[in-house]
Amino acid sequence: MIIPRVPVQHRRLLPDRRLSGPTPWVIAILMMLTLLAAAAGVGLARSANAIGEAIAGRVTVQIVTANPVTRAEQAAALRREAAAQPYVHGARNIEQSELLATLGQWLGSADGDDPVLKSLPLPALVDIDLVGGDRAGQLARLDALVDRVAPGARVIPHAEWLGPVARLIRSLAWVAGGLVLLMILASGAVVIMTARAALGTHYATIEMLHLIGATDRQIARLFQRRIAIDTAYGIALGTAVAAAILLLIGWQWSDVTAGLAATASLGPGGWALLLALPLLAIALAALTARQTLLAALKKIL
Amino acid sequence: MRTGGARPPAADVMTDARPARAGGAMVEFDNVGLRYGPDGEVLRDISFNLQPGSFYFLTGASGAGKTSLLRMLYLAQRPSRGIVRLFGEDLGAMPRHRLPGFRRRIGVVFQDFRLIPHLSARDNIALPLRIAGVGEEDLAGPVGEMLSWIGLDERAEARPATLSGGEQQRVAIARAVIARPQLLVADEPTGNVDPDMAMRLLGLFEALNRLGTTVIVATHDIHLISRIDNAQMMRLEKGRLSDPTGALRYPPNRA
Repeated sequence: MIIPRVPVQHRRLLPDRRLSGPTPWVIAILMMLTLLAAAAGVGLARSANAIGEAIAGRVTVQIVTANPVTRAEQAAALRREAAAQPYVHGARNIEQSELLATLGQWLGSADGDDPVLKSLPLPALVDIDLVGGDRAGQLARLDALVDRVAPGARVIPHAEWLGPVARLIRSLAWVAGGLVLLMILASGAVVIMTARAALGTHYATIEMLHLIGATDRQIARLFQRRIAIDTAYGIALGTAVAAAILLLIGWQWSDVTAGLAATASLGPGGWALLLALPLLAIALAALTARQTLLAALKKIL
Repeated sequence: MRTGGARPPAADVMTDARPARAGGAMVEFDNVGLRYGPDGEVLRDISFNLQPGSFYFLTGASGAGKTSLLRMLYLAQRPSRGIVRLFGEDLGAMPRHRLPGFRRRIGVVFQDFRLIPHLSARDNIALPLRIAGVGEEDLAGPVGEMLSWIGLDERAEARPATLSGGEQQRVAIARAVIARPQLLVADEPTGNVDPDMAMRLLGLFEALNRLGTTVIVATHDIHLISRIDNAQMMRLEKGRLSDPTGALRYPPNRA
């Protein structure tokens, strides 16, 4: 049991005032930071995974043939022949309007009717998703196909330019995970110090309880219960503040639909982890307190 | 106040290092020494037996080692050497988890009372029974009787800080005896009370002794000792046990 059951009359053996003074507040701060770091870690990991999945097998072929009719024919032929290859999962032509809309975000008009945009010599793009494991071999065969169907076209594997970004995001996720671990350790240290301080403060009572026949387990349960309750208060407070911050960020994030940012989300597993963390923290605090108390009590005859 | 009653079994205190003859003794000390840290022994070559149902006084000057000896008796301290047997079991070989069971058979009264300050007199007295797992419904009777016995019915809910020294000591005694211990150890129980109260407290100990509890009282008040007919005296001098009158080594009831 996380918070041990102690008879009401036995609870009064410890004074009513909180044992640990600042402990609930320190635990609250650590819990809030833990949850925020965990949320960041989960979000970044999911983002890195989403990017990784998206770019792992995607290739864009850029056809820059000057004649627009030939360019369109080459693009259509390449899409058709690529889609027929066993190592290709799918291929599609990027519509001209899609290109204009993308460029319009930087060049002044997203409608695609801007004269500057219309005057630009845009390449034909074909997105090809590869399937299977031998990526180098697949790229070599695709290069050969592109050379044959659209001589002079460039094959651009997405992994080449988005891979470092995904790795950076994944590294940040690991850093966040490390911070979670460190803050859990710090919380454990706070609980240990609280337990030891409580034993010091109430040494006379503990000695008396020992001398009238109280077992270590009886004494430890008294303190364990009080420390677990104090810690639970701190964890509840920290969780509430972290939840408010995460909801605010989530609300603001919901407006972000572009680029890499759109891939960041917690998902059901992430939310489940965030909900489980406070409960795990209470259990860990109670267990740490119990072990600390029992170890300290053993030093008293 | 002079008390009478049946003569309790005699003490068998030995001032030399001979092993104690147990003979059903409640407490046996055999060539016991005690040291704190690297310094010399505070108790040396202590050997004696305490018989069930007897009344003992432990005397000696301040610093003679009375409290150290009592701490071994109430299992707050293990000896540095020698053998201490309580209720027939060797304390040195006793695993730690068995100590609480033995402590529940021993009542302790401290000179400084050691009442838990945030508990009422009633709750302080009830403490040993609660620790022993006695239910609340079974507590009220014995605790009420004990409060009456020590004359503190009216102050049952008072906190220790609001009680006089004598009242606190009576609560401490009630706490020590409520679980009907087989051995009662009192360390200078009258040190903080006036002579009248000292005699009343001694009367409580004697009454308890008549019910069969072995009592050992540490004191350097020689007048107290003469107040109880059947009491035996043990004297500590510079960490060694002596038998100044010889009555302990050759107790009257052995003749």
